[in-house]
Amino acid sequence: MPQIGSFALLLALALTVYSFLAGLFALLLNSQQSGRLGETARRAGIASFAVVFLAALVLVISAFGNDFSIAYIYHHSNRDLPGPYKFATLWSGQEGSLLFWSLLLSAYGLVLRLRHKTDMKLFAYSSVVIAAVQTFFLLLLNFAAHPFAVMQGSFAADGAGLNPLLQYPEMVIHPPMLYLGYVGFTVPFAFAVGALAMRYPGEKWIHITRRWTMVTWGFLTCGIFLGAHWAYSVLGWGGYWGWDPVENASLMPWLTGTAFLHSVMMQEKRGMLKTWNIWLIFSTFMLSIFGTMLTRSGLVSSVHAFAQSSIGDWFVGFLIIIFSTCLLLYVKNHAHLRSEHKLESLVSRESSFLFNNLLLLVACFTVLWGTLFPKISEWVNGTKVTVGAPFFNRVNIPVALCLLLLTAVGPLLAWRRTSLASLRRNFTIPAVGALLTGILLIAFGMKPWQDESYFYSLMTIMLSVMVALTVISEFVRGGRVIARHTGQNLLASIIHLGHRNTRRYGGYIVHFGVIVIMIGFAGAAFNQDKEQEMGFGDKMNIGKYTLVCKSYTQDDNPNYGSEWAVMDIFRGDKQIATLTPERRFYKASQQTSTIPAMRTTVAEDLYVVYEGQNQDTGRPVIKVHVNPLVMWIWVGVWIMLVGTVLALIPNAVPMQVTAPARLRAEPMSAGD
Amino acid sequence: MSKLQHTKLLLQFLSAIVVVVALFATLGAGDDSARVSDLGHRMMCVCGCNQILLECNHVGCTYSDRMRGELVAAVERGDNDDLTLQWFVQKYGTAVIAAPTNTGFNRIAWITPYAALILGIFGVIVIVRHWRSRPLLLPAGAVLPAHGEELERFRHQAQKDTEL
Repeated sequence: MPQIGSFALLLALALTVYSFLAGLFALLLNSQQSGRLGETARRAGIASFAVVFLAALVLVISAFGNDFSIAYIYHHSNRDLPGPYKFATLWSGQEGSLLFWSLLLSAYGLVLRLRHKTDMKLFAYSSVVIAAVQTFFLLLLNFAAHPFAVMQGSFAADGAGLNPLLQYPEMVIHPPMLYLGYVGFTVPFAFAVGALAMRYPGEKWIHITRRWTMVTWGFLTCGIFLGAHWAYSVLGWGGYWGWDPVENASLMPWLTGTAFLHSVMMQEKRGMLKTWNIWLIFSTFMLSIFGTMLTRSGLVSSVHAFAQSSIGDWFVGFLIIIFSTCLLLYVKNHAHLRSEHKLESLVSRESSFLFNNLLLLVACFTVLWGTLFPKISEWVNGTKVTVGAPFFNRVNIPVALCLLLLTAVGPLLAWRRTSLASLRRNFTIPAVGALLTGILLIAFGMKPWQDESYFYSLMTIMLSVMVALTVISEFVRGGRVIARHTGQNLLASIIHLGHRNTRRYGGYIVHFGVIVIMIGFAGAAFNQDKEQEMGFGDKMNIGKYTLVCKSYTQDDNPNYGSEWAVMDIFRGDKQIATLTPERRFYKASQQTSTIPAMRTTVAEDLYVVYEGQNQDTGRPVIKVHVNPLVMWIWVGVWIMLVGTVLALIPNAVPMQVTAPARLRAEPMSAGD
Repeated sequence: MSKLQHTKLLLQFLSAIVVVVALFATLGAGDDSARVSDLGHRMMCVCGCNQILLECNHVGCTYSDRMRGELVAAVERGDNDDLTLQWFVQKYGTAVIAAPTNTGFNRIAWITPYAALILGIFGVIVIVRHWRSRPLLLPAGAVLPAHGEELERFRHQAQKDTEL
């Protein structure tokens, strides 16, 4: 098996190098024969998917077949590992995850090459860029991080096992989603490089790129929040986001990708920000590669990071090549990116996008800066400092609040110029609604003057209400117009409205999801926790709850042994639930892991952790958290994903815009 | 209301916000458990789990229990926040503090993001001013965008037609 896998990787490298070189020469020669050469390059790219897929399949089959002659399988699997986790072995270690990166990239390349008739020349350029990126990863896999390296000496009877933290159902889906996001940003990058290199006439490329970016952004959003949910459900510290370097690595391209999805509208509608958009796509891709490097190079310490290795140097080299190529192309072709319109007023939709981009990029820079500062401090001072949650929260929360404010104001601003009268007319209800919410919250006992976190929490909720009212008013106003013209009721009109301009109203639904998530985050200011050793019948009071330890016991299966407690949960005199927090000891890896038990409601989560046993008394130590509004975060993510999918659906009724003959173009969608 | 009055009003409003924010930042509960919670969330567990001290649930952690005990003892002794944090730095090293201190080179960690924000705002304003003053790049014979009264008339008509 390892020989088949190794051969497949070598063949994939040969095919990809051919696809890159033949594709490049075909574009440079630009003769009649070059068309056929380009076609062979495209086919080689398609074939490379089949071969990389074979390599990945061999690794998965080896995991299921317990082939511990392969070092990677020995280090990341064992005989008693359940089936789904054996499948997850593919991405649970350094070499396998790089192979998975390569597999997803070749899959994206396959889709792109099969759809080449959309725009043959642009897709030919993009195909060459994808082949170049793929070449780098296949070089890594063949020469620096080989997944089919065999064990030296005698073969072990059993493997070292999978990291216990990864043995959780979400870990079967979280990494693929995250990788689909990371890897997917290669496609917009490829289009951007292609469009710049060929001085693409018109804006069609940006429409194609935007759709790919939205798909990728959707996957990354899903991956990030699945990771947050996994952290909440498995790590047992009662939180979902710890500003760990690896979490930060996924957030950075998400922030720049979000900035691009907003600023791209300026290019589509007004022919502005062309240079900015190109560099946003370049930066997003570079941050994806940087994030991949961060988890693998040992540059920063993280609980998520893979083992330290020398592949960091490869990534640094690759990043330098990418940046130089982008810079060279930009210097050569920047005249092509001149703006077609000028900005007329600071109070306009264009300005709101500029400030939105500024805030998103400042947030991204802050995350990057905070992630790298321990290393910078070590280089400059010789002392390593910690940059943890207090730093990121203090710097990023005000930025996030400003973004929320812009989310409320932005949709109310018109393109080119907005009169103060129109702003006052549209903004009064959301502003009054937010103010009333603040007054009500203070009247019901919220004391923002007591703690900084309460103040931020209050502001978040007030601004979220403001955004919600803006979104609702946009739907209602548009729905009313449709209702008047069609005679439908308001709800049917709003649905009709959504179908007419899926992108605009899908975007509003995404905004609505964001505020639901923000309200969930605001709940963290009111978290409570308590820790207690609990014997039979012992009680613990926290918030509105009383926990009674009913029993504690042990269990055993081939994969792990476990200790767990049975806790009855009371609210007043009424028993409302029974929870069983657990601690597991995985035999193969000799590691422990906690499995918290939760009672989730819309208002709050009761989160119970079995911390361990007191060695002297043999009684379990239980830690309990009461975390308000956490469910809102997971609901908000679903709303965001629904909005993203809606925005990807083509408009049901494209609006025809009558334009002067010489400017007449493709049908345009209304709004935005 | 004149432009000057507008500016004065805006400045007063901004000053009020600054005062309120400063007040909120300096107010806080003063009892021991709140101080333990506050200080415990400003320090890291040093066992290598990368978690905030009071959030470390690392099974079998040999550090966090001891550190929590030391923190409670320091607060009960009446040591002020700076003294307590300094004691932990001396015992466990600078990495025990969860965020860079506001001293020496570490100040750069705090200043840089705000400097980036201010530079960014300045940059956006410069860009907007530059864009507003530059000529349009329109093909010959293209329809010129409407301005002034004409633009308002179009806007009014569009509002009347769509109520959007």
